[in-house]
Amino acid sequence: MFTKKILISAISALSLIFVSNVSFALSVEEQKGLDISMEAKKRDLGWQDSTADMLMLLRNKQGQESLREIKMKSLEVHDDGDKSLTIFNKPLDVKGTAFLSFSHPIESDEQWLLLPALKRVKRISSRNKSGPFMGSEFAFEDLSSFEVEKYSYKYLGVEEVNGLTNFKVEQYPVDENSGYTRRIVWLDTLEYRINKIDFYDRKDSLLKTLTFSSYKQYLAKHWRADSQEMINHQNGKSTELKWSNYDFKTGLTDSDFNRNSLKRAR
Amino acid sequence: MRFSLHTGKLKRSVTAIAVCTGILLSHSLQAGEVEFEASGNIALEQRYFFDDALSSQQLSHSQTSFSVEPELYWQWNDGSDSLLLTPFYRVDSHDSQRTHGDIRELAYIHASDDWELRLGIRKEFWGGTEFQHLVDVINQTDGVEDFDGEDKLGQQMVNLSLVNDWGIVDVFLLPGFRERTYAGSEGRLRGPLVVDEDDVSYESSAGQQHLDVALRWSHSIGDFDLGASWFHGTNREAYLTPTAQNTLQQYYSQMDQLGVDVQATLGDWLWKFESIYRSTSLEDFMASQAGFEYSFVGVFESNIDLGLLMEHSWDSRGEVGLGAQGSLMQNDLFVGARLAFNDMQSSELLMGFGSDLDHNAFSFIIEANRRFGDNFIASLDVRLLQSNDENDLLYTLSNDDHAQLSLAWYF
Repeated sequence: MFTKKILISAISALSLIFVSNVSFALSVEEQKGLDISMEAKKRDLGWQDSTADMLMLLRNKQGQESLREIKMKSLEVHDDGDKSLTIFNKPLDVKGTAFLSFSHPIESDEQWLLLPALKRVKRISSRNKSGPFMGSEFAFEDLSSFEVEKYSYKYLGVEEVNGLTNFKVEQYPVDENSGYTRRIVWLDTLEYRINKIDFYDRKDSLLKTLTFSSYKQYLAKHWRADSQEMINHQNGKSTELKWSNYDFKTGLTDSDFNRNSLKRAR
Repeated sequence: MRFSLHTGKLKRSVTAIAVCTGILLSHSLQAGEVEFEASGNIALEQRYFFDDALSSQQLSHSQTSFSVEPELYWQWNDGSDSLLLTPFYRVDSHDSQRTHGDIRELAYIHASDDWELRLGIRKEFWGGTEFQHLVDVINQTDGVEDFDGEDKLGQQMVNLSLVNDWGIVDVFLLPGFRERTYAGSEGRLRGPLVVDEDDVSYESSAGQQHLDVALRWSHSIGDFDLGASWFHGTNREAYLTPTAQNTLQQYYSQMDQLGVDVQATLGDWLWKFESIYRSTSLEDFMASQAGFEYSFVGVFESNIDLGLLMEHSWDSRGEVGLGAQGSLMQNDLFVGARLAFNDMQSSELLMGFGSDLDHNAFSFIIEANRRFGDNFIASLDVRLLQSNDENDLLYTLSNDDHAQLSLAWYF
């Protein structure tokens, strides 16, 4: 009995050492990759809430185009993922559809969808991260808020993108439902703005490239790109995002992100 | 015509609500600019019934209809106040009862931080299951619209919604009852006897003017979405009795209904449960609907999502004779598969199979739809109904297998 107890505590002590070793023994590259990502997140903290309009231009291989028009409201949540309300205006058949999301760094996000024809609010599974958003080349996970805990990191060096010196950091999604094995992210060394992302699919081949352009600074702090272009290298399709009417600290609160606000979202 | 009939009966309470709304509007309109938005759709629908009708009165094979549903929306005070108007009208080539109109919505909404007042004609949906909506009782079913019973008539209401840390509480006052719409003598998808729209009686001496009340609590706790509701007022389902003239008479009783609905969202699984206890002067019973939805993301290494659904219906009244209500789903099993192609055209395919486990009856449905261009949606529905038991409602619809093609233009 007594020996068993000793054995158990010895094992737990050992495992504790082992676990702490794993979590703290980051290589120099891993530590630097993490530090850069934490700094990027830190520099953008304090935006409180924001509203913006998004135009999505879908293009297929033959050059056919289709337009999506979306309104976004977001609320910064301290020590948790952000809350967001997405309202669809175009295509016209989905006008009035709205989507409420409480994101979390580690646990599953909570998501509700308003189906306007039936006036029905439906809780939906948040497992579908890898699926296309509105038939575009953006996956749901590409549009969710960046949280440091969602990835592990590796610093790859410095490279020039668009005439700016960029950190090149590799990110490995923690969530097994992610559609990617890794992403390579380029952030400029001055302002820590993301300029380019390469996405690698589950077979580790290059799937998509996202480039950011026309950055603007808001409230002398927060950088937002007016334009983002996602090119899918495997199917030849692309999607362009155009942002407009960015507004920060508009006074949105928790009460703008519940079932009732979802029901009357416009 | 049905439209004028309804508006006549509803006139009094509509006027009352209009006056209240008018006062509130003029009060809140004093500040801020008004934003206006108009949208909506018009649709052409063609049905084809594969077999001849049971009765010579009914249309034989082809049924065409045309519908229009505009939506007018005003908001002011930065969206804290809004007004929504959604009229609806359908013209049908054969069924005079299906040629009908309705005000789906005419509502004023005032939203504050932790409460909301909704006044006027509205639609309110409760519950979470897919194949039957037991707890959903606020709106009357617009039965002539479609086979699935998901189309609802606008309901007049005063609804106060209170947001608390422990959930949202909704209080409803519901003046003015709406009678269900049924297929006319020329129409298909009906039993052998036609429901007489003029032969209606009520348990309450107030008739259509009975003031119904309802209360609902709903909340999300982690992976669980919970709802509990109580309804006191006129039963939305009529008791139908055959008359000497070979028609069905409608009798609307008073009822009390308690309902609960639960959804657990666990990874790829959605577990759903709804249950009601209903008490009328004629009977007391319980019923439930329970099942799950499981989704596979990106099947066949494509962007296609596959959802599998299964639900079971139970009713404490068990099997009852034809004509008694609620007996339709006493021990029925539903399975379905939904394919979402996640393409530019938002193509979707849904297949469903329903089977009555107590006797040999089943139904099979296919629904497919996709977008054409930017503003058109085409849908194809096929419904097959079969039963060998004369006691089953589906038996009377066995000749009504049909395909339905519709094209809607959104503006």
